[in-house]
Amino acid sequence: MSEVLVVVDHADGEVKKPTYELLTIARRLGEPSAVFFGSPDQGDAVAEKVKKYGAAKVYVVDDAQIKGFLVAPKAEALQQLAGQAQPAAILLPSTFENKEVAARLAIKIGSGLITDAVDVAEGGVTTQSVFAGNFTVQAKVTEGTPIITVKPNSAAPEEAEGAGAVEAFAATISDAAKTAQIVASQPRQSTGRPDLTEAAIVVSGGRGTGGNFEPVEGFADSLGAAVGASRAAVDSGWMPHAFQVGQTGKTVSPQLYVANGISGAIQHRAGMQTSKTIVAVNKDPEAPIFELVDFGVVGDLHTVLPAATEQVNARKG
Amino acid sequence: MNIVVCVKYVPDATADRKFEDDNTVDRVGVDGLLSELDEYAVEQALQFREKRDGEDIEVTALCVGPEKAVDAVRKALQMGADKGVHVVDDAIAGSDAIATSLVLAKAIEKIGPADLVVCGMASTDAGMSVVPAMLAERLGLPQVTLASVVESQGDQVRVKRDNEGSTEVIGATLPIVLSVTDQSGEARYPSFKGIMAAKKKPLETLALGDLGVDAGEVGLSVAWSQVEDTAARPPRTAGEIVTDEDGSGATALVEFLASKKFI
Ligand SMILES: Cc1cc2nc3c(=O)[nH]c(=O)nc-3n(C[C@H](O)[C@H](O)[C@H](O)COP(=O)(O)OP(=O)(O)OC[C@H]3O[C@@H](n4cnc5c(N)ncnc54)[C@H](O)[C@@H]3O)c2cc1C
Ligand SMILES: Nc1ncnc2c1ncn2[C@@H]1O[C@H](COP(=O)(O)O)[C@@H](O)[C@H]1O
Repeated sequence: MSEVLVVVDHADGEVKKPTYELLTIARRLGEPSAVFFGSPDQGDAVAEKVKKYGAAKVYVVDDAQIKGFLVAPKAEALQQLAGQAQPAAILLPSTFENKEVAARLAIKIGSGLITDAVDVAEGGVTTQSVFAGNFTVQAKVTEGTPIITVKPNSAAPEEAEGAGAVEAFAATISDAAKTAQIVASQPRQSTGRPDLTEAAIVVSGGRGTGGNFEPVEGFADSLGAAVGASRAAVDSGWMPHAFQVGQTGKTVSPQLYVANGISGAIQHRAGMQTSKTIVAVNKDPEAPIFELVDFGVVGDLHTVLPAATEQVNARKG
Repeated sequence: MNIVVCVKYVPDATADRKFEDDNTVDRVGVDGLLSELDEYAVEQALQFREKRDGEDIEVTALCVGPEKAVDAVRKALQMGADKGVHVVDDAIAGSDAIATSLVLAKAIEKIGPADLVVCGMASTDAGMSVVPAMLAERLGLPQVTLASVVESQGDQVRVKRDNEGSTEVIGATLPIVLSVTDQSGEARYPSFKGIMAAKKKPLETLALGDLGVDAGEVGLSVAWSQVEDTAARPPRTAGEIVTDEDGSGATALVEFLASKKFI
């Protein structure tokens, strides 16, 4: 069976859930090989994790020459790895960075590229959600090795025992790839809440919070949810941009999305319309967000959310 | 100095966007405009020029797209770009990002060596966010993408950007390909003076032949990925909506969440 390269999503060696989703999907196309860009010391620990989801091989690519630069070195390394492994497909978690890696790789190896898939079926047919979630598109790469970036929450991770054989891969990075340098990097402070894009529940706030996110955060915490925001809330400086949901922020597809004081503009919908269950609290009964909801409360979030939080916490006992 | 800003003509996001029978985006039946996200690119190109008072800097707006797409170039000229280039050719219809980036790269080479290529963070229709990286790859230039703050001095450019888990500062030396986000600063509206001045600005129309691109290299039939089917998402079934009265909203909300096993 042909290999399918799966780029591991991780934070400093800590493997993230989308990796397991990708490995699950990869098994429909061939035999998954995980590709870990990181510190070689962490290779074995990563292999232990990914083999549980069917990774037969784990390529460890030392990122010493890679991590200080934007995108180009990773694309070079993957080009060289693809040349050696001759994979049936290459899957990457759909982040802005990986989409750009995929873009350069596609040109380098002469392969078609599909971004932001929400599903990949046997035979490589992808499903994408486009036009702010109003259309579903089925597509297929027809030239070269399919390169597909897959959104978080696109599959339920299924365990499967893989050999997890670790193989160091020495990539040669050209000077030309090292021209956009990361001069400084400041890690964002963890909120202690789940990752926005991976969370099963997202509770968001918009302009209607009036800048007070406490009711939103309190309700999120009672549900163990991630916190999101509309662009209006971000532009007002109430929340950092990393929390923005929508066309120019994060796309989320959780089991439950709760929009509070958010009107439901098309650009916001683009980032949340594929959520399984949608709930809104808004004091305007005409707000467009109500067209989307499974359940809506017409009311003031500043009274509804604290009361709901109290009841949820009481139920949990 | 030569700045090229890539502007795409897209169907209006607030209109009813749809697909043609061949599964390509309907770019004719739906009202189009300069992609809002590319207005930020035009804005940053203009600010780059304005901050370097006294230097000889020309900003060219470049668009690949059908006849009507010239509107996107016009808008960029009205905002303040000096010159427009519109690549239009029937053979381009249905091109994927790979082919589009080829045409853009050839056009940039034709316009003259660019010191700075500025793109939006994503097109508002396809929204792949891949063309800037593809341009960097094709032109062999450093890529500095998704900038929220752009600063430059001499041939040194520094940008700030939000990455997945961190905020970064990126440094590179011109020439580069830059893409900017909607956090980079509101785009200006064309002034009346700008609109009048735009009418006299040079606007060149080019075909594939002018760029040395073979018609067989682009278009729907040779795209490296094919859309097999498009379907409108079934409308969501209308949900239950309650009006809060003296705390009834919170209770109903919590009951709904419990019934769905979220609590
Ligand atoms: C190119 C482009 C990209 C964009 N990208 C994004 C994006 O990624 N994400 C995004 O979100 N937006 C994006 N936008 C902006 C988008 O168009 C909207 O402007 C934005 O989503 C509005 O945010 P909002 O719903 O919080 O604010 P508003 O539209 O002002 O809505 C506030 C809502 O709060 C309600 N409200 C007020 N007070 C209360 C209260 N006490 N209790 C309950 N409800 C209350 C009001 O009834 C209203 O419905 C983009 C726009 C453009 C042009
Ligand atoms: N047909 C086009 N003409 C001009 N610029 C384009 C075109 N397609 C994409 N671009 C540029 O590339 C950016 C990213 O586009 P995309 O990769 O399609 O999301 C856009 O914001 C534009 O700056």
